[in-house]
Amino acid sequence: MATLYIDNQPHEVNSGHNLLEACLSLGLDLPYFCWHPAMGSVGACRQCAIKVYKDENDKKGRLIMSCMEPVTNNQRISVADTEAKEFREEVIGWLMTNHPHDCAVCDEGGSCHLQDMTVMTGHAYRKFRYKKRTHTNQDLGPFINHEMNRCIQCYRCVRFYKDYAGGKDFDVFASRNKVYFGRQEDGVLESEFSGNLAEVCPTGVFTDKTLKQHYTRKWDLTMAPSICQHCSLGCNIIAGERYGSLRMIGNRYHGEVNGYFICDRGRFGYEFVNAPGRVRQPIMNGQVIGRKEVLQEINRLLKEAKVIGIGSPRASIQSNFALKALVGKNNFYHGVSESEHDMAELAIRILKEGPVRTPSLKEVESCDAVFILGEDLTNSSPMLALAVRQAARVQPMNEVAKANIPEWNDAAVREFVQDKNGPFFSATIHDTKLDELASEKYYAAPDDIARLGFAVAHRIDSAVPDVPNYPEELKQLADRIASGLLQSENPVVISGVSSESETVMRAAANVAWALHSKKKKAGLVLTMLECNSLGLAMMGGGKLDGAFNAVLNGHADTAIIMENDLYRHGSFATVDKFLKTCKQVIVLEHTPHATLKKAHVIIPAGTFAESDGMLINNEGRAQRFFQVYESTEVIQESWRWLLNMGINAGNEHMSQWKNFEDITKAIAQEEEFLKGVDTITPPSSFRVAGQRIPREPHRYSGRTAMNANINVSEPKPPEDPDSSLSYTMEGYRGLAPSSMIPFFWSPGWNSVQSVNKYQNEIGASLKGGDPGLRLIEPEPGAVANYFSTVPEVFQPIADHFWLVWTHHIFGSEELSKRSPSVAQRMPQHPYAMINPKDAEQQKVNEGDKISFEVEKHVYVLMVKLNNTIPSGVAALPYGLEGMPSTELPGWGILKR
Amino acid sequence: MERPLTQHLRKDNKPLSLKEYEQVGGYQALRKVVKMSPQEVQALVKDSNLKGRGGAGFSTGLKWSFVPMNAPKPKYLVANADEMEPGTFKDRILLEQTPHQLIEGMIIAAFAIQADQSFVFLRWAYKTAAQTILQAIHEAEAAGYLGKNILGSGFDLHMHLHTGVGRYMCGEETALLNSLEGKRATPRAKPPFPQVSGLFGRPTIVNNVETLCCLPHIVSHGAEWFKKLSLTQDAGTKIYGVSGKVKKPGAWELPMGVTLRELIEEHAGGMQDGLKFRGALPGGASTDFLVEEHLDVKMDFAGVAAAGSRLGTGTVVVLDDKTCPVGFVKNLEHFFAQESCGFCTPCREGLPWIEKILDSIDNGDGRPEDLKLLEAHTKLLGPGNTFCALAPGAMEPLQSALKYFREDFEKHINEKQCTYSKIMSTAV
Amino acid sequence: MLSTEEIKGIEEAIGVVPYKKAACIEALKVVQQHRKWISDESLKEVAGYMEMSAEELDSVATFYNLIFRQPVGRHVILVCDSISCWVMGQEKLKEKLNERLQIDYGQTTKDGRFTLLPNPCLGTCDCAPAIMVGNDLYRNIKMDGLDEILNKYE
Repeated sequence: MATLYIDNQPHEVNSGHNLLEACLSLGLDLPYFCWHPAMGSVGACRQCAIKVYKDENDKKGRLIMSCMEPVTNNQRISVADTEAKEFREEVIGWLMTNHPHDCAVCDEGGSCHLQDMTVMTGHAYRKFRYKKRTHTNQDLGPFINHEMNRCIQCYRCVRFYKDYAGGKDFDVFASRNKVYFGRQEDGVLESEFSGNLAEVCPTGVFTDKTLKQHYTRKWDLTMAPSICQHCSLGCNIIAGERYGSLRMIGNRYHGEVNGYFICDRGRFGYEFVNAPGRVRQPIMNGQVIGRKEVLQEINRLLKEAKVIGIGSPRASIQSNFALKALVGKNNFYHGVSESEHDMAELAIRILKEGPVRTPSLKEVESCDAVFILGEDLTNSSPMLALAVRQAARVQPMNEVAKANIPEWNDAAVREFVQDKNGPFFSATIHDTKLDELASEKYYAAPDDIARLGFAVAHRIDSAVPDVPNYPEELKQLADRIASGLLQSENPVVISGVSSESETVMRAAANVAWALHSKKKKAGLVLTMLECNSLGLAMMGGGKLDGAFNAVLNGHADTAIIMENDLYRHGSFATVDKFLKTCKQVIVLEHTPHATLKKAHVIIPAGTFAESDGMLINNEGRAQRFFQVYESTEVIQESWRWLLNMGINAGNEHMSQWKNFEDITKAIAQEEEFLKGVDTITPPSSFRVAGQRIPREPHRYSGRTAMNANINVSEPKPPEDPDSSLSYTMEGYRGLAPSSMIPFFWSPGWNSVQSVNKYQNEIGASLKGGDPGLRLIEPEPGAVANYFSTVPEVFQPIADHFWLVWTHHIFGSEELSKRSPSVAQRMPQHPYAMINPKDAEQQKVNEGDKISFEVEKHVYVLMVKLNNTIPSGVAALPYGLEGMPSTELPGWGILKR
Repeated sequence: MERPLTQHLRKDNKPLSLKEYEQVGGYQALRKVVKMSPQEVQALVKDSNLKGRGGAGFSTGLKWSFVPMNAPKPKYLVANADEMEPGTFKDRILLEQTPHQLIEGMIIAAFAIQADQSFVFLRWAYKTAAQTILQAIHEAEAAGYLGKNILGSGFDLHMHLHTGVGRYMCGEETALLNSLEGKRATPRAKPPFPQVSGLFGRPTIVNNVETLCCLPHIVSHGAEWFKKLSLTQDAGTKIYGVSGKVKKPGAWELPMGVTLRELIEEHAGGMQDGLKFRGALPGGASTDFLVEEHLDVKMDFAGVAAAGSRLGTGTVVVLDDKTCPVGFVKNLEHFFAQESCGFCTPCREGLPWIEKILDSIDNGDGRPEDLKLLEAHTKLLGPGNTFCALAPGAMEPLQSALKYFREDFEKHINEKQCTYSKIMSTAV
Repeated sequence: MLSTEEIKGIEEAIGVVPYKKAACIEALKVVQQHRKWISDESLKEVAGYMEMSAEELDSVATFYNLIFRQPVGRHVILVCDSISCWVMGQEKLKEKLNERLQIDYGQTTKDGRFTLLPNPCLGTCDCAPAIMVGNDLYRNIKMDGLDEILNKYE
């Protein structure tokens, strides 16, 4: 800490900050553009000018850019100085010489940082009397709209896209007042993080194209804090609705999880909520019926039936718990394949019983060595890929510190570091985007990846069994990886379920534990397939096969399937047979899929936007999402439907619950692994000064008239029984508790930049602490119980391919792929990725058809050649329509 | 009068070959240097009071002293031969006619900071110099002055020629380094200084050609001798130049500190017939005007500074009484606006605005409030307010023009036209 | 496709820098020398060879005055428009060239013979006004000597 005198008032500030960060951390209004809390300073915009004084006798001072000067102890500065203020005003004046006067029709208007800063500096009248320069715009694909005339050349976009996120197809062109930001030519932005441009850009150059298609002013949205549903990382998001449809997803800052950014799947996947095929009505045997009727019918059905419940890794713990309560513990099944089930349980065991904890994304960013086993992170868990990109810079950053270059001095840091990366090792089935960071890369079949893991772990701690007869070349590779990891302080080992190989996960655990035994502050990250995979696994319940057997063996005849397409988790043949055998198939669902087509009763479940719930991310962090809006009377959370069914059925246990809170309390009491989940948000009775927290900003407009075409009387707003958020603009205007911030806003700060005001200090935790509760920590005194079975070396079989999954950020996840913008970015055809050598042998070329038989089912797929995939292995895109499911990984017999 | 840098130039303007250079004592200084310690060389140059001839006038020895001597290789030395300051043509002579003097100077500088790699960053327009330098590097390599184990000293130095692709910004040392790295020539923030994190993030020194050419002579003759070459406190000789409507424009090596009057009236032969001296930029486009009252100013760093301008490159551009000062300044501001790299706001947006205002005034479309705007900009675009020195440099001729030639600006606005006849065109 | 000669030139440049990308300006120069200008196609070829994206390379290419991203004539005339030349009558010279070639700055004659571009300072201020045609510098230009200069170029 240091003492900083600002306009003669002493303040205690963080001595590692620059002066801008210090001022903002103190809550002062100092305008800026080019500085970004996650990306540091470059000094381009000159907006954050202040005065600095030599000592208390210096009355004249010197103008400096606060973002480019470190805090020093007992320093004297002035923000209010007239000369500094005039200069800041003139910076806006310069920017306005070319910025169009289109605020009224600009997508960003009213939530624009440039607008805020303009008002903040007091610039009001133009002195420039000449023509503005203009640019042409580019078509950047389905996600991002481009309007270059609005550009103020702060360079944030290129610094994020290229420097921070590693994108290649975006840059700054030309020079002087002609500088242009975009692509070399029109085309889809390739980065998985392009959507962040809409938030990184301080004005309306880069905006959310999907919002534009159903545009509404951001302050006219009804918003709620939510959790991304499209992978297992649990990024915090804000979801906004107007006129009954979900309009946009924005980042919700979380100091430990996603920080300032989210991925494009998370940002643009939301439109499945509005998709035309949505389940919106209860349907019984093909007929739409009412809410009451369907509940009555179900009550009747359930009375006479032997019921099982199949839960879902993409449904909340509340919904899964309610289902379990309804059908009884012994009749509750997880609804995931055997391998998914086993791997999730293995992950929990490794993380609880082993000595190594799993770091948050933020912690991953500061790890100084990375070893990835079997995961293509960019596609399976994109934000983790972004985190390891930052981790690759940690070791070179130590040198930066030695040269006395502050970490926030971004351009200087990048110049000093050049292209150097810290130890970064990647063992994957085929090439990945992160390979460019890797000091060692290894492409192999999952078992061989596991073998490398064992070999590395053995070299770190000889208590881990070595790989017998390991080839010399691989021994050397393992040596290099082991020594790289040993030279680090806090290495992170990353694996997960993508390759659906338990042996890979075990090998990863061995490496992490071995590092721990050498006193390294090691971390182990295990990714999951779905947003609540871990939560489901933590609740106990049978495997999907058990459910199938229960029906096929006659122990049960009716299945309640909740938010789950069984065809994604079981083989076609088995699922077909199961569904056919069930007397009644009751499906609670919001999004159409193959299982739904076989249902006798369909109950319209709410999506995350229409629901309250909780998810447990891959880190074991329980996080709450809040209902954004009430859609219709019949679209309700699965847990609420189930609760009604339970009450109707006279289920005593369930009859005690009235709302979300009651269920959550019951979970906390009854589920051994989920203790404490009832504490992560304030109760629904929570009020500040007697008021709820409003979902709508006080600038929300049109409320009295927006439904006038239906009814001129303003309807009574719904009341929220499940949280202390209100559905209106009325309520407490101050800071909401950190776990329930519906939107970021502060007087004078109408853009997302207002997040500064919600943090304890810039870039740190939210005031009140980052939300959520970590449920998995290593048990005290846990010791490494190394896995000892080294898998056999992978042996190709003639005329067979070992089929494994490859994941796509766009297309592999079930819900987001229904979003029209995301659908445009999906692989157009299912394919089989094989090595050119194998292709040559089979006499096929890129684009040819190739046929496999898997468990008697024949798949015809397009050949995609890849030089890095091992011979004898074929990778198939996970989650694409018509792909096999439980059969993989497994052998596919080549059909001629 | 001694002219160490230029006395041996050939009459036919052809470059001195290695042999010719050696015959007049070339590379003797290097032989001396390799027997010294790097610290001794640094101390010698510091004692000599040699100041950078590229425009900033910073002590060369002091600049070197910030290089961490124990830093591992590579370390870099770069000769800034990107002479692109309008009105400046002094390094061209050295580059084209005495390349070995530069190379020897570079080896000495590299030895002093223990650099093992060096570059000549040459501006693209100097086609002849490019050939000359390349040829000279080959000769020096063949003679064992460059490469491994130079003169058996154990000191290695490799030298490469890089020709630019046209950008005034490359004259700024950090932008030059970015350009050498194959990047956009935008400047870097300082600190860290290039001595710590320069080319490719390694310790680097960038010195001007004329500065480097002084080194062999300082080594050969000593610091005291070098100081005595000057008429004033600032040591050495200086290559001065004069362009504009004088009788004999040109460049001459003279003792540091000759007066502006001597330069114009004696060496440049005085003003062309029928023209009067109105003012001059003493050291390139980015220096404040000096006017008649300053003719006896001593042209050294302190002398010109005392008169409210900068010595800069020491190449004088003369404004005569028949040339419109508004048009003159407009030409300068057009140049600066065009050459702005576009990185920081005040420069990128302010300079084109200034150019537009000057254009309005020049075309009879000026308004009285325009002068206030121009004046405000000269302060707003001052040092520290912009990322690098380009815009503050651009403000120097503007602010002094507004001071010394204000009546011209006012007349343009009041009479809604430029009252200077386009007489200058007839000179061609 | 880059020619063998182009590749040779590029490789030479790569040899003196610590990593490939750093030689990208040299690479552009080499290719421009052979092809007169850098078309989108040339840009992509060079980018591919330098292991850069087209964006990364174009970001550099479009920064510099003398990497031509638009077609130019057989001979590029650079007219120094900086201060000393301006004082010595550059505007008149430029008008004369416009008239003589029937093109303005940034344009190419119909027969593809000349492209006319302004250029900041050629560094020969004592011999103003000056122009460069291709690699040849002309100083102290007199209006009546202009034709003689232009006639040298086909």
